Amino acid sequence: MAKVPVQFTLNGSEKAEFIESGTTLLNALRDKIGDTSPKGGCHQGTCGACSVIIDGELKLSCLTLAETCGGADIKTTAGLAEGGVLHPLQRAFLDAFATQCGFCTPGMIMAAKVLLDRTPNPSREEVVEALSGNICRCTGYEPIIQAVLTAARASSQNAA
Amino acid sequence: MSLALRSFSTVKDANAALQAAGTRYLGGGTLVVRAANEGDVSVSSLVRVTDPGLSRIAVSGGDVRLGASVTMAAILRHPELTALAPAARAVGGPAIRNMATVGGNLFAPAPYGDFAVALLALDATVITEDSEMPIETFLAGRDTSRAIVTAVGFSLPKAESFRFLKVSRVKPKGVSVLSIAALLERTVDGTVTAARIALGCMADRPMRATAAEKALLGCKLTRQEIAPALAAAGEGIAPITDPIASAWYRAEVLPVHLGRLLLS
Ligand SMILES: Cc1cc2nc3c(=O)[nH]c(=O)nc-3n(C[C@H](O)[C@H](O)[C@H](O)COP(=O)(O)OP(=O)(O)OC[C@H]3O[C@@H](n4cnc5c(N)ncnc54)[C@H](O)[C@@H]3O)c2cc1C
Ligand code: FES
Ligand code: FES
Repeated sequence: MAKVPVQFTLNGSEKAEFIESGTTLLNALRDKIGDTSPKGGCHQGTCGACSVIIDGELKLSCLTLAETCGGADIKTTAGLAEGGVLHPLQRAFLDAFATQCGFCTPGMIMAAKVLLDRTPNPSREEVVEALSGNICRCTGYEPIIQAVLTAARASSQNAA
Repeated sequence: MSLALRSFSTVKDANAALQAAGTRYLGGGTLVVRAANEGDVSVSSLVRVTDPGLSRIAVSGGDVRLGASVTMAAILRHPELTALAPAARAVGGPAIRNMATVGGNLFAPAPYGDFAVALLALDATVITEDSEMPIETFLAGRDTSRAIVTAVGFSLPKAESFRFLKVSRVKPKGVSVLSIAALLERTVDGTVTAARIALGCMADRPMRATAAEKALLGCKLTRQEIAPALAAAGEGIAPITDPIASAWYRAEVLPVHLGRLLLS
């Protein structure tokens, strides 16, 4: 199978790779580029563990072909911490025990991040809606919802 | 699994490439890439069109034209398309809605195709490079269709005349037990003068409840007067059976939910 070049920005740095045509973004990120923060839970679009932010929108990297991301701005959970300081969402997930096995966590955090970027003070319903494409088999969801609400409060206090 | 993707800047060139065996069009990819991930080897090559015109939404003088690549999320964001928001919001979770296209939804087999149910009730026109056809004709022939859908066109319904309902077990997001869209014209005293009702999951693709439509004419939307329409709703249906619900269950609950939609 012919290799094709892809180039995009990942968490602020330029990436260029040759990949096999038809490779999903999830596989390209994990196996080629070495960002293993997006997880492959189902490869069917149902679990949300592979969620990433492409040009500001939440997308499923398992259903996105890497070749369609030429020139895109891609963000993953691996890029959230700055200089060793965790992002408020990461901090809140740890504090609220919103992560157990952790497999769903990077996807949850991406889904929560796009929500907070647009809606800094979401209602509980808005949080539930924003996370509705992400499955967690450990926590029972409540700690995750609380973590997102806590992170929203923490961010708005910092901004104030 | 190996897939080759070819990108074209024009629909014309992509249509030519699509004629090769084993080739399929790539919309948002939520169904076609999923199939490839699951090991479907019937598709070896994907074709896509990069023309931004396919993602255009045009609303003018009550006429709407949605490019085939318009996503459910784009419809939800559009201030003039609020009447369609319930149908667009019915498709998957937030990430799926950012990917799922109007064109792809027209091809989605039941239990999917919630937005296509709305388009069927709206009597949309399905547009390809060199043809325009009523959505019913399109749906009947979609299995053998080899032409890229470029857009759909329809008249923007008044919010009060268009109703949509999706029933699912998992809230707020979940696969349809069924979906129903209804376009109703009524006189000032509330008498129905025209009705188009479309059903999802009542066949392998969206279908019209024509017997119920006829039975509604001349009725007011009261429990008593809609009873014949509810009794007729199941005429001609062949619901799907899947892990969400059996055909029997879907047929049983259809009149209940149609009643709720009409009385809401
Ligand atoms: C987790 C999950 C949940 C989902 N939930 C729902 C739901 O609740 N409701 C619902 O309706 N659907 C749902 N879907 C199905 C799907 O996401 C939608 O139906 C979507 O609109 C399909 O569009 P797409 O652009 O992703 O299609 P693609 O996967 O790109 O294409 C699907 C098919 O249509 C053909 N096609 C696409 N566009 C065109 C075009 N312009 N011209 C010609 N052929 C074309 C493709 O060749 C392919 O055969 C879900 C899918 C997943 C994975
Ligand atoms: S791996 Fe992409 S949604 Fe599950
Ligand atoms: S923490 Fe284990 S799946 Fe969510």
